[in-house]
Amino acid sequence: MLRYITSRLLVAAAMVLLATLIVFLIANTVPGDPVLTQLGDVAANNPAIVEAYRHKWGLDLPIWDRYWIFLRGLAHGDLGLSISSQRPVIDDIAQYAPATVELSTVAFLLSLIFGLPLGVLAAMKRDSWIDHLARAVSLIGVSSPTFWLAFIMLAVFYGWLGWAPGPGQIGADQFPPPDVTGFMLIDAPLAGQWDTFWDAIAHLALPAIVLAASTMGLITRTTRAAMLEALSQDYIRVARAKGLLRRAIMLGHALPNALLPVITLGGLAYAQLLTGTVLTETIFSWPGLGRYTFQSAVFLDFPAIMGVTLVVAVVYVFVNLLVDVSYAMLDPRVMRR
Amino acid sequence: MTAARGAALTDTAAAALAAATSSAAGRRRRWRRRYLLAALGGAAVLAWALAALLAPWITPYAPATVNVAGRLAAPSAAHWLGTDELGRDVLTRIIFGARTSLIVGFTVVLIGGALGTLVGAVAAYARGWAEEILMRATDLMFCFPPIILAMAIAAALGIGTRNTVIAMLVVWWPKFARLARSLVLGQRSLEYVAAARTIGFAPAHILFRQILPNALGPLVVLLTLDVGNAILVFAGLSFLGLGVVPPTPEWGSMVSEGRELVSQWWVATFPGLAILTVVIGFNFVGDGLRDWLDPHARRR
Repeated sequence: MLRYITSRLLVAAAMVLLATLIVFLIANTVPGDPVLTQLGDVAANNPAIVEAYRHKWGLDLPIWDRYWIFLRGLAHGDLGLSISSQRPVIDDIAQYAPATVELSTVAFLLSLIFGLPLGVLAAMKRDSWIDHLARAVSLIGVSSPTFWLAFIMLAVFYGWLGWAPGPGQIGADQFPPPDVTGFMLIDAPLAGQWDTFWDAIAHLALPAIVLAASTMGLITRTTRAAMLEALSQDYIRVARAKGLLRRAIMLGHALPNALLPVITLGGLAYAQLLTGTVLTETIFSWPGLGRYTFQSAVFLDFPAIMGVTLVVAVVYVFVNLLVDVSYAMLDPRVMRR
Repeated sequence: MTAARGAALTDTAAAALAAATSSAAGRRRRWRRRYLLAALGGAAVLAWALAALLAPWITPYAPATVNVAGRLAAPSAAHWLGTDELGRDVLTRIIFGARTSLIVGFTVVLIGGALGTLVGAVAAYARGWAEEILMRATDLMFCFPPIILAMAIAAALGIGTRNTVIAMLVVWWPKFARLARSLVLGQRSLEYVAAARTIGFAPAHILFRQILPNALGPLVVLLTLDVGNAILVFAGLSFLGLGVVPPTPEWGSMVSEGRELVSQWWVATFPGLAILTVVIGFNFVGDGLRDWLDPHARRR
């Protein structure tokens, strides 16, 4: 097992290194000129300013030197300076990441709480009305454009009914708690600001539901398919022949075996949630990585884009690794191959 | 005694017959119910395709005609779905927007699917170092979340439909490569492949004319499901301002234009519904196809 994990770790590290190269190449071989975007027309017409600017950001060096500088910085935990915020990219990421983690974790839990039971029920009562309902609900969830769903939720529950607070992480009347962990839902209770805590929960509700919609659909469909697959196996027939209760067969025999593919998909879905919040965050003015990425992309702020993409690639690779390892632990057959 | 037994037998036979017919009817009913959604989805896709095709003839206005006097008009007999901030007819722009969405959806999926299938199929058939290189490259692409990578590329290349499609293609092919590889690997050891080799067909002929047609089913399902997905991603990028260049009618950018207009809800709501219906259509069809190709539901 240890050897398996080590070899997977090495592969993952190599992947991340290659990923930095790809991001670097994309960022540097494109026609879009960051100088023009950032300096504006007037300054960009002055050759001296442009020259100084290129020199300051190392844009006048050969591409491989720049990659080497980037890698060397990386080894020291330095992702460079963001061109638009003028701060170290790593600080920016550390500041924005907790809000995204908070949002996507809550969304993931929501989609598990609703998706898993729905999928199991749909498989147990195959072709019944509940199966068709589950199918329709999950396909609609997967098909809804996130940004549109966000607009509708805001318009209905904030604009029209007034049940939910507007965009943002906390209301304008709340003071943000002192920064301890960066997570609003942890820092607020730590500081004893329970009002802020409940306000943050209320602000979290709509974006979390919007994000959860499509993930829930995926989880429902996968759970159902995996349950059906498990139910068609011989050991289920044996359990039936032994006269076990239906519930014991379903929950005791079929479900544990059906969970394997669900874990794979769940891991990927969580990674996607962590990185797929761009649209939701932009609409809900959520101060997270997604919005940061979007703003960096629009301003062609390449140090920031590279930093975020890298962090996100690391998250992806790491989650994949976790999924593989948990798979190997849960299913002894994987190791024997 | 004999008569009684005969009667009992007839009863049993009748009961069995009744059970058989009712289960046949039940099966038909189940079948109908299972494919009802697929049929609905097919109808939705067909309707949108027709609308896109006939756009200039079925719309009462031109998609770019600005009418400042009639801006933000609520839905009425003259403008069924109202007008937007520049007084353009929302219905007209939605119908023209179907062209962009469908064309982009099909282009991305067909080209991306073809590229990915090529990579995966060649990898699986060649095996050895070629497979290693091709599949590690595929794995590498999976390190990047598609929307962020597409966003970075689209932003770098500059705004415009063509550049956004290129950005999407870069992130689109890997899943097809993985699927095609596993499908070709499954076929490769079958007897007909050995037979084709013995006859002396060229590897390219065996791969593309013999193996791939046999492995097409799951690829078609993924293609169908994926058109909806591609339309969603493109609309999302457009919503962020990275898709089409403004006056072009496009659903994602229309939602974006209307997102601040909560009391003029029709500006953003209807284009979103358009996206929802067409994507649901493709998903229902793909889902039905999957069931149909895979009657034992042995799928993940």
